[in-house]
Amino acid sequence: MTDNDVAVVRPKPRSSGAPPEPAASAPSPSPNRARGKTGTTIRSRERWAALSFLSPWLLGLLAITIGPMIASFYLSFTDYSLGYGEWVGGENYAQMLDDPRLAQSIKVTAIYTFVSVPLQLAAALLLAIILDRGLRGMAFYRSVFYLPSLLGASVAIAIMWRQVFGTEGLVNQLLALVGIQGEGWVSHPDYALGTLIILHVWTFGSPMIIFLAGLRQIPTMYYEAAKVDGAGVMRRFFSVTIPLLTPIIFFNFVLQIINSFQSFTQAFIVSGGRGGPADSTLFLTLYLYDQGFTQFNMGYASAIAWLLLAIIAIFTALNFLMSKFWVFYGDND
Amino acid sequence: MTETPTPARPKSKGRERHLSVGVRRFVFHLLLTAAAMVMIYPLLWMLSASFKPIEEIFSDPGLIPSTWEWSNYTEGWNALPHPFEKYIFNSMVIVAGSIIGNLVSCSMAAYAFARLRFPMRGMLFAIMLGTIMLPIHVVIIPQYILFNNLGWVDTFWPLIVPKLLATDAFFVFLMVQFIRGLPKELDEAASIDGCGYWGTYLRVIMPLCMPALATTAIFTFIWTWNDFYSQLIYLRDVDLQTVPLALRLFMDSTGTTNWGALFAMSIVALGPIFGFFLAGQRYLVRGIATTGIK
Repeated sequence: MTDNDVAVVRPKPRSSGAPPEPAASAPSPSPNRARGKTGTTIRSRERWAALSFLSPWLLGLLAITIGPMIASFYLSFTDYSLGYGEWVGGENYAQMLDDPRLAQSIKVTAIYTFVSVPLQLAAALLLAIILDRGLRGMAFYRSVFYLPSLLGASVAIAIMWRQVFGTEGLVNQLLALVGIQGEGWVSHPDYALGTLIILHVWTFGSPMIIFLAGLRQIPTMYYEAAKVDGAGVMRRFFSVTIPLLTPIIFFNFVLQIINSFQSFTQAFIVSGGRGGPADSTLFLTLYLYDQGFTQFNMGYASAIAWLLLAIIAIFTALNFLMSKFWVFYGDND
Repeated sequence: MTETPTPARPKSKGRERHLSVGVRRFVFHLLLTAAAMVMIYPLLWMLSASFKPIEEIFSDPGLIPSTWEWSNYTEGWNALPHPFEKYIFNSMVIVAGSIIGNLVSCSMAAYAFARLRFPMRGMLFAIMLGTIMLPIHVVIIPQYILFNNLGWVDTFWPLIVPKLLATDAFFVFLMVQFIRGLPKELDEAASIDGCGYWGTYLRVIMPLCMPALATTAIFTFIWTWNDFYSQLIYLRDVDLQTVPLALRLFMDSTGTTNWGALFAMSIVALGPIFGFFLAGQRYLVRGIATTGIK
């Protein structure tokens, strides 16, 4: 998918693994399909029907997803460049070790992800809790906060950001009103990444919607029970709301980490396509694009792609491992 | 178990609470309005800047242009090799193809996963979920080589064909969730009335899936309209450029010289998303809520 932040999926407990009834183990065909024929015929008819319904997806899976994945892994051991390439073994991976721009891009991506995601989720959670109080006009506020997350990935917004944080941009105009002379934020190596982090935080709307839906799921009887036991507002928040919301916090965290490792458009546009100034916004994805589609070092770019996948996989796995210590699943879930 | 409270306490506490609820509500509204303003101000400012004369864009943080420069729009519209409607048309072709592709292919796969039994269903379902999270960056280079060998680079096919093959697995998942919520008795009734699997899919499941289909269509519209990465890679021919590519070209070619016109075209680019947001908000929020939490 694109580097979009609106993608939201939370596998429900019952659907996270296999669908409810395991396929082959069902001993007899379901009665509703039986039309007086033998079981085997009906079951094979169902299988053929399934195959026909799944055929576009299966073809896509093989030709557009799994095939290219395998090819990409193979290419990462070659020096392929459009139409020509030879097996070079682990050379691409060895080259990574002393590639200062790669190291820089990993650093930039890591800072971006680990600063912007916690800030974004904190904003999302805070606003969700405030909006959950059922204030009048809640739907209006929700829309206003959600809108930026729909627009955030677009080129137009990145262009806007470039002006807003430019030397004579909106931010500096506002700062001038209070007598502060601002920098050219997007053109300063120390601040350019910061403007992208702010852009990411600005799109807190979609995790906020997920938090809101999660807050609705908390049965009011828990709050009533806590109240009866004498728990104040803060106590109820930290002892009821937060523990019951941890699965959703965890879900949002995993999703946003994965998304922000893949961010591309905003950094590309704000930096004019080069990840500058001084490589300060050179995301890993930008470096991959530069290697693969500007310099056509597709072998090396494939190796970078697998590095990206490995990083994402490792952090997702770490997240799941650490979730045991802080995510609270109800006893009956 | 509980001690009897003194008669005075609950009363005073009640009054205090009542007052503090009112005050707190006011403070919340104040804070929320302030936060909403901060969030939305850059957008409003860009809208107003698209009507401002150039000097004012760099000097006036306010929202009201001193003179209304409609020329920003006419200039921006014609500033590139093609008039802007050409780029809108190209974007629309890709968007339309993607929406049709996603609606057909994702709903077919979803019906199979939700209703039919077949070997390896659990495993395939897990793979499908896994592909939702797969970064496009891992497959983009071989995909490019593949489409290049097919002669499809600089055509719309690399952007539309994957949608016809249900590669946006997110929507498959969304529809599986939705179809599972439909009563199975409907399928049984259809089967008794002589509907085969295709009949059930077309005449029973699809009509009931309208909300999920609407969510899919709206999200596909917004994502495809916003998409930059794959369009940047596959569309280099100037005749095939789309709205995001045109904006980028505009920014690079005129740079910082004509911000008014650039903002005007940015507003044009954001307009359809905003429209879909207003019209389809219900479906967007519901889409997030049903895939998120049911």
